[in-house]
Amino acid sequence: MKQILVRAENCLGCKSCELACAVAHSESKTLYGAVFESPKPQQRVFVEGDGVFNFPLQCRQCTDRPCVHACMAGAMYFDEETGLVQCDRVRCVGCWMCVMVCPFGVIAQGEDHRAVKCDRCRELDYQPACVEACPTKALQFVPVSRFTQSGRKSYLAQIAKEVE
Amino acid sequence: MTMVKTIEPAAEVLLKKAAQDNVETVFDRYEAQQPQCGFGSLGICCRHCIQGPCRIDPFGNGPRAGICGATAEVIVTRNLLRQVAAGTAAHVDHAYEAVEALELAAEGKIDYEIADEKKLLAIAQTLGLETDGKDKKELAMAVVEAAYQDFGNHTGKPIRWLTANVPQERLAVWESLGILPRNPDREIREALHQTTMGMDADPVNLVLATAKQGLVDGYSGLILGTDIQDILFGTPMPVVTEANLGVLQKDKVNIIVHGHVPLLSEKIVYWARELEDEAKAQGSQGIQVAGICCTGNEVLMRQGVPLATNYLAQELAIVTGAVDVMVVDVQCIMPSLARVAACYHTELITTSPIVKIPGATHVSFSLENADEAAREIVRKAIANFAKRDENKVQIPDYKAKVVAGFSVEAIVEALAKLNGEDPLKPLVDNIANGNIVGVVATVGCNNAKIT
Repeated sequence: MKQILVRAENCLGCKSCELACAVAHSESKTLYGAVFESPKPQQRVFVEGDGVFNFPLQCRQCTDRPCVHACMAGAMYFDEETGLVQCDRVRCVGCWMCVMVCPFGVIAQGEDHRAVKCDRCRELDYQPACVEACPTKALQFVPVSRFTQSGRKSYLAQIAKEVE
Repeated sequence: MTMVKTIEPAAEVLLKKAAQDNVETVFDRYEAQQPQCGFGSLGICCRHCIQGPCRIDPFGNGPRAGICGATAEVIVTRNLLRQVAAGTAAHVDHAYEAVEALELAAEGKIDYEIADEKKLLAIAQTLGLETDGKDKKELAMAVVEAAYQDFGNHTGKPIRWLTANVPQERLAVWESLGILPRNPDREIREALHQTTMGMDADPVNLVLATAKQGLVDGYSGLILGTDIQDILFGTPMPVVTEANLGVLQKDKVNIIVHGHVPLLSEKIVYWARELEDEAKAQGSQGIQVAGICCTGNEVLMRQGVPLATNYLAQELAIVTGAVDVMVVDVQCIMPSLARVAACYHTELITTSPIVKIPGATHVSFSLENADEAAREIVRKAIANFAKRDENKVQIPDYKAKVVAGFSVEAIVEALAKLNGEDPLKPLVDNIANGNIVGVVATVGCNNAKIT
């Protein structure tokens, strides 16, 4: 199963993923249409930086799912079919318990006073727009095994360079 | 994402060849650039000062102003003004060089003639210059002086090339908006000043300044340049020729002139005709000159030289394997041409001191050495013909007859056959009575985004 994974060293902090995310969750699904929509479409990925590293962060789809456990309304739920945590926004009452327990701070407040989080681009057939938009391939949508393999290869390349 | 790269059949043929020859083209690079940055596409990133770069979140979740406080409106209009000023600078620089050429030609210091005395006189009269008793050289010098006065105008008065050419009503509108330009160089300088750190933050004022750049571009760039070039090389009249890559000749030395200015390309056309026998002596059937972009258009309109192709297909002209020299002057020259030319026998020749490309041959062109430079370039092409690899040659069998050369003078002259006293009357009448719904100008090059 593919995951959204990040090569933080490649992130230039351009925030193209944030824009693409908002567009993916707009009515028109186009940049020029989305900027004129009301309510404005909302991003669900957030680029944070500490001056050295930048990191685009969205729902990590963690297995212990504290947001699901904390949700009293049953809005946050685990979708067995896709293996993804999703938010049924009709049920959300805006108590923000999920926001408080999320260790990554990636659940936001919508203009309708309900929780908003990454749905892995459900409307785009689960093809994450943030990954598509990343110009440096810092954001990747690959199986964990492939990501780790490329990590091992770059480690080897680094050692080879040092030996030289 | 559409997979159709081009709607143009000759280009389609050569794109397949480019792929076989492992040559990267503008269309490949366009795909590699996808998706293009949304902030850049919307014009809401600012790199005008070192506090930045800054960008605005168009969806309102992130920053609504740059570090200095500039909002999206300010950033967009500042960027627009800078871009328009840069384009204006290109056209005005081009026109200025033409004025220099007319000056040196009138003084007899360079090998350029005054080809159109009728237009020279008409321009002098439009400018309100004293014409009585002046020969063509004196008249040309008077026109040159008037042009230089615009560039050296240190008063607040508007550009003379503009005031002499526009209807009074229009002049009044522009004056009321405060956008009458005074001196082309000063206005371009002012636009850079106006958009720098801590300057204009009024989007409306910035848009008006952009309109002012448009007037500079039009009157001190396009009209001035066209006026002077028509005097030097003749005013275009309708001409029938051919267009598309099929104009290249398998058995002839093919020279492509590419860029914007006729000062060099006119000389190339002249020397190609002069050295025809030299080319034949080297085993070819002669010399074929063909154009790309505006330089192509200049020699198309005045000399009937066929047009090879457009901006997007400039690399594909080389991919035919049949171009012996591509000589370029200024503007619209893709830096990639040198890499493409390296895959074939084609010699890419740059000529301008402000357009040099690593990998290209540089033949320094100046007004003073125009003939020597053009002759050298044509001889290089003749020599390169022998290096052509027949296995790499593929000239698409696409060309079309074109009628070009519709200058204002040509249109007015044609209309004068209907009404000699007031030639534009039939046109104006037919617009007024609705037979002609409107007039549309289609201007500019093609774009990989929309092919």
